Amino acid sequence: MSKYAVQLRNVSKHFGTVVAVDDVSLSIYDGEFFSLLGPSGCGKTTTLRLIAGFELPTKGEVYIGEKLQGEIPPYHRPVNTVFQNYALFPHMTVFKNVAFGLEMRKIPMEEIRQRVLEALDMVQLPGMGNRKPDQLSGGQQQRVALARALVNRPQVLLLDEPLGALDLKLRKAMQLELKALQHRVGITFVYVTHDQEEALTMSDRIAVMNHGHVLQVAAPQEIYDRPSERFVADFIGETNFLSGQVKGGRTGEAVVVVDGTLAVHVFVDRMPGMNEDVTVAIRPEKISIHAEPPDPQALPGVVEEVIYTGTDTRYLVRLTEKAIVTVRQQNVDVGAAVSFPVGMQVYLCWQPESARLLVA
Amino acid sequence: MEAQPRSRRETWRLLFLISPSFFWLVVFFLFPLLLVLGISFGQRGTYGGVRWDLTLDNYVRFFDPLYMRIFGRTVIIALVTTVICLLAGYPLAYFIATRPPGRRNAMLLLLMIPFWTNFLIRTYAWLLILRDQGIINILWTGALHSFLSQAATVVPLPIWEPLLEATAVSLKLFGTDGAIIVGLVYAWLPDMVLPCYAAVERLDYSLVEAAQDLYASRLKSFLRVILPLTMPGIVAGSILVFIPSLGAYVTPDLLGGAKSIMIGNVIYSQFMSARDYPFGSAVSFVLMAVMLIGTLVYFRMGAE
Repeated sequence: MSKYAVQLRNVSKHFGTVVAVDDVSLSIYDGEFFSLLGPSGCGKTTTLRLIAGFELPTKGEVYIGEKLQGEIPPYHRPVNTVFQNYALFPHMTVFKNVAFGLEMRKIPMEEIRQRVLEALDMVQLPGMGNRKPDQLSGGQQQRVALARALVNRPQVLLLDEPLGALDLKLRKAMQLELKALQHRVGITFVYVTHDQEEALTMSDRIAVMNHGHVLQVAAPQEIYDRPSERFVADFIGETNFLSGQVKGGRTGEAVVVVDGTLAVHVFVDRMPGMNEDVTVAIRPEKISIHAEPPDPQALPGVVEEVIYTGTDTRYLVRLTEKAIVTVRQQNVDVGAAVSFPVGMQVYLCWQPESARLLVA
Repeated sequence: MEAQPRSRRETWRLLFLISPSFFWLVVFFLFPLLLVLGISFGQRGTYGGVRWDLTLDNYVRFFDPLYMRIFGRTVIIALVTTVICLLAGYPLAYFIATRPPGRRNAMLLLLMIPFWTNFLIRTYAWLLILRDQGIINILWTGALHSFLSQAATVVPLPIWEPLLEATAVSLKLFGTDGAIIVGLVYAWLPDMVLPCYAAVERLDYSLVEAAQDLYASRLKSFLRVILPLTMPGIVAGSILVFIPSLGAYVTPDLLGGAKSIMIGNVIYSQFMSARDYPFGSAVSFVLMAVMLIGTLVYFRMGAE
């Protein structure tokens, strides 16, 4: 048994002159919940379709398990797909839908019956076998699609934005349910989504994609805390960006001067060159705000706007003529809501390891 | 209190809107139909015309072996026409519906263009192609025959002998059931293609992908998913081809010659030559009844 469930090696897919997937290499571990995350048109669905076999790569190789897929058609690949619009067969009952894959593989009738009923139990739709898809709610159809794929016990389950059509509350509930289900069945899930929160909630690892490239592959916490580039930091969660030049520093810590006046300290793995153009990325919740400077490195600024959102308060603080940062403070104490009114002189602080230095 | 006058006004408005088509259908469809039904129970007058002595004789006469044979042949010709149209039209419809949208419209246009020509002229064109001195036979007894005799002189082999003999005489194409079927298929093919095209175009292609994802080969996904989901188009197309083929008159008249006639020609001759209006009306009504029953049964089958 290979330790990789799916491997893509330098895979590209061109549609005419459009490059949908550009030289993508991915290794997805066995039993992993792996997400492909990115904005629409980033190539994540095409990547999924390359694994499923609906598209063949223009260049590169797709492996499922240890087997090179080449031009193997979808119906000979050991994967199953949960489609974005569910793609349930409207002329068949729920039972027939779920039984379809097993029937095609000529499993004995009695075993089919048993496995279909088990699958419907698993997705919490017992006794729904005789309904037609159009008699089900969106959430129920989604479960049928899941059962129809999982009943075949595929090596890899591919999910193409399966929760996209559900309302927010149902989507949240299904996220947890899917995650629990994946743990229970132990099948590798490859999950396509444009919803960063969904990807963070469910995934063991995430590949962030844009313009057909994979930008970063890492665990959710790593992606959030240590984004590899500006797009990743921007796409996932909320981030302040401060542009400046490297003007100094010592081992492991760089000093970036923003707008010629503001000195910002950042921890770095690799020291960038002197005067190099860089961006400092810092999450709003990692900044603390003070009325008096707590240490000499604190950045002075003026409160421009205060937004109260219940759980926390957001301050827009102007540091220089061009640089404004958002600070998020959790409202731990009752009445602590607006401690820093508009126009007040404040000082911002963060741990040097909280900020990320991104090249350009 | 307020809703009632408004809904009454609405009713009047609707009545007003449907009245033109209502009167049209009553005057030009229902009334003539009832007239034909009435006449079918009458008797032929000595000098044509209708004597109103009510009788069922016209319907009994229909079951005469002479007419039953023609009627049976008519049904078979219409069925064969429908099956050929389906076998040729469905793949064509599928092909067109799976092209990029821009090219689809161009292809549909190409399909329709020949049908802007008058039906009679198009059928007459087939006469020129199929008759004994027609295009096919000119090529058969001319070009092909001389090619074969040339070949026989260059490479003398015994196989040329039967081929030369066969191409020495014209093929009997005109005046056969085959000629009628060719004409009917040509005439009604678009009526099969268009509903099938609409059904295939409406088909959600992700369902086909889902079938293939679930281990169904191309053939299996066609039989289990595409075919059942495009069945409404096939049913509609078949009815649109079968019914006019069953009642065909011009095509068998031009291409069937004297020997191959269909029930439509019988009805025509009863009215126009034999001047037996009551019998012609009775045959018309039997034909309509068969079409109606056939359509209902077919729809019922299609629904399952």
